[in-house]
Amino acid sequence: MQELKDQELNDKMMEAVIRTAVGAHTIWKRELIRFWRDRSRAIGAFVQPTLYLFVLGTGLGAFFRSGGAEGDYIQFIFAGVIAMSLLFTSIFSAVSIVWDREFGFLKEVLVAPIPRASIAIGKAFGGATVATLQGTLILIYAPFVGISLNIITVPAIILVMFIISFAITSLGVVVAARMRSLEGFQVIMNFIVMPLFFLSGALFPISNLPPWLSGLVRLDPLTYGVDALRNLTGGVSGALAPVYPIWLDVGAVTLFGAMMITSAVWLFNRQE
Amino acid sequence: MQMNIITVTDLVRRFGDLTAVDGVSFQVKEGEIFGFLGPNGAGKTTTINMLCTILRPTDGHATVGGHDVVRSPMSVRRNIGIIFQDPSLDDKLTARENLDFHARIYGVPSSERAGRIQDVLEMVELDGRMNDLVRVFSGGMKRRLEIARGLIHHPRVLFLDEPTLGLDPQTRRHIWEYLLDLRKEKGVTLFLTTHYMEEAENCDRIAIIDNGKIIAVDTPVGLKDGVGGDVITLHSENSEELAAQINSRYEVEATATNGSVSFSTEDGEEFIPRLFRDLSTEIGSVNLRRPTLEDVFVQMTGRAIREEEADNTDRMRQHARAWRSRR
Ligand SMILES: Nc1ncnc2c1ncn2[C@@H]1O[C@H](COP(=O)(O)OP(=O)(O)OP(=O)(O)O)[C@@H](O)[C@H]1O
Ligand SMILES: [Mg+2]
Repeated sequence: MQELKDQELNDKMMEAVIRTAVGAHTIWKRELIRFWRDRSRAIGAFVQPTLYLFVLGTGLGAFFRSGGAEGDYIQFIFAGVIAMSLLFTSIFSAVSIVWDREFGFLKEVLVAPIPRASIAIGKAFGGATVATLQGTLILIYAPFVGISLNIITVPAIILVMFIISFAITSLGVVVAARMRSLEGFQVIMNFIVMPLFFLSGALFPISNLPPWLSGLVRLDPLTYGVDALRNLTGGVSGALAPVYPIWLDVGAVTLFGAMMITSAVWLFNRQE
Repeated sequence: MQMNIITVTDLVRRFGDLTAVDGVSFQVKEGEIFGFLGPNGAGKTTTINMLCTILRPTDGHATVGGHDVVRSPMSVRRNIGIIFQDPSLDDKLTARENLDFHARIYGVPSSERAGRIQDVLEMVELDGRMNDLVRVFSGGMKRRLEIARGLIHHPRVLFLDEPTLGLDPQTRRHIWEYLLDLRKEKGVTLFLTTHYMEEAENCDRIAIIDNGKIIAVDTPVGLKDGVGGDVITLHSENSEELAAQINSRYEVEATATNGSVSFSTEDGEEFIPRLFRDLSTEIGSVNLRRPTLEDVFVQMTGRAIREEEADNTDRMRQHARAWRSRR
C-alpha cells in the first residue's frame, strides 16, 4: 500500500519534471526565434561594445602607457567589454517578461498546463543563450587587439559567458517577476545594471582601490565574471592582471546564478 | 441526461472592498453553449478567470470537467481552451509559430502537431497565411487565430471572453459559423461572455449578470417569454411624466430612459388605441415589437445594457490603437 503511494508520488514528480522541461524548452525556443527575427537589434547592440573597445581602449591605453603601466589597456578592457555585452543583452531578455505581461502573451503561458517554474527556467536559458551568442561575436575582435585565442580557450570562454549570462538573466527575471509596467525598466537600468557594470572592474583594475570602493567591487557578482573572462583572454600582467584564481571566479558566479534562479522559480510559483 | 461539465457554487471574488463576483451559482451541461450577458464591470471576466484557474476565488467552489479549480488546476487546464478578452498573441511570431508554441506547452505529441495546426488553421480559413507574422494580421484575423489556437489541444470546454468585441458584423457572423460547427462536430462545450444581444441569441442558455450577481438563467426564449407579451416604446419630451401617468393608470411597469418610455403588455395592438384615448401628454412616436433580450435586461435591472456599449467599443479601439503604436 505504502509502496503504491510512493510509486504514485514518484510518477507525479516525474510528470512535473517532464512538463517543466517541455515548457522551458518551448519558451527557450521562442526567445531564439525572436532574437533571430530581430537581427537588427543584435547588430545595434554590437555598436556600443565596439566603441568601448576601440575608442576607450585605445584612448585610455595611450594615456596609461605614458603613465608607465605594464601591459596594454586594450587587452585588459577586452574582457570587460564582453561582460558589458552579456550584461545588457541578458537584462534586456529578462525584462521582455514585462512586455509579455503588458501585451497579454504572458497570460497564454500562465494558463497553460505547465508548472510556472518553467517560465523562469525557460527565460533564463533563453536569455543566456542569446547573450552568449552576442558575446561570442565580440571574440571576432580578438586578433585586432592582440588577444590570442586557441582551441581550448574559446570553448572555455563560451562556457563562462553562458554561466555569467544565465546568472544575470535570472537576476533580471527576479526583478521582472514583480514588475507591472514598462516605466520600471528605466529605474532598473539606473539602480541595478549601471552599478553592476561600473563596479565590476570591467573598465579599471580593482587592486589598490580605497576600501569603500574595494568593498563594493567585491560584492558585485559581475566582478568575478569579468575576472574569469580576463583569466581566459590573458595578454595582461602586473597591475592589469586578473586578481582571483579562475576556480574562485567561476564558483562565485555559479553560486550567484543558483541563488537567483532559485528565487526566480520561487517567485513565479507563488504568483497568483 | 447530460452531465454537468461546469458546476459553480456560491463563487465570490473580492478585490479589496469591491466585490466583483458576489455569490454566483450555475451549471453548464456537456455540449451546451452557455452565455454570460451583462454590462461592463458586471464580473464576467472575473468569473471566467476563476474558472480558468488564473484567479483564486475568495470563496465558494467551482469544478470544470469534474476537477476542482483550486485543488487540481493542472487537470482543469488540460481540459479547457481560452480566448481572452484582450489580445494574447505574440505578434513577432508567425501564425504557425504561435500555434506551435501553444501545442507544445499543452503537450500535443510532436507527431500530431503539424497536422493539428493545419486543421485548425483550415477551420478558421487562415491556412494560406500560416507563415505570415501576426503583426500584419487584421483584428478579425487575430481573433480567428486565437480561436484556432484555443482548439489545438482538443479541449472539452472552450471559454470565450467577448469573442467578437470590436469586430464588424460580417466577421462576427463568420466566427459564429465556426463556433456552431464546432459544437455540432466535436461536441465542445462553449462558455462565452458578451454584451451583444444578437450574440446571446445563439446560446442554448443565458445567465444575465449584473453587479456580480446572476439575476436570471434561462433559454433566450424562456427569458423573453418572462417579459410577457409585447413591448411598447413611446418617445416623448416628457418621458418621466408619461411613465408616471402610465404606471398610475394601468397594470404595467413602465420605465423611462432618456427620452423614451417602455413597458410590456399583453395584446399590444389593442392597448395602443386605448392609450392614446386616455392620455393627454404629447407623444412623438410609438413602437410595438416582440420582446428582445435587451428588454429582459431593462426589466430586471431598470437600466439599458446598450447605454454603455458605444463607450466600450471606443475603449476597445483605443486599446487596439495603443497596442499597435507601442510596438
Ligand atoms: N485585478 C483587479 N483588481 C481590482 N479590481 C478588479 C480587477 N479585475 C477586475 N476588477 C473589478 O471587478 C469588476 C468586474 O470586472 P470584470 O472584468 O469581471 O467585468 P466584465 O463583466 O468582464 O466587464 P467588461 O464587459 O468591461 O469586460 C470591475 O469593477 C473591475 O474594476
Ligand atoms: Mg470582461
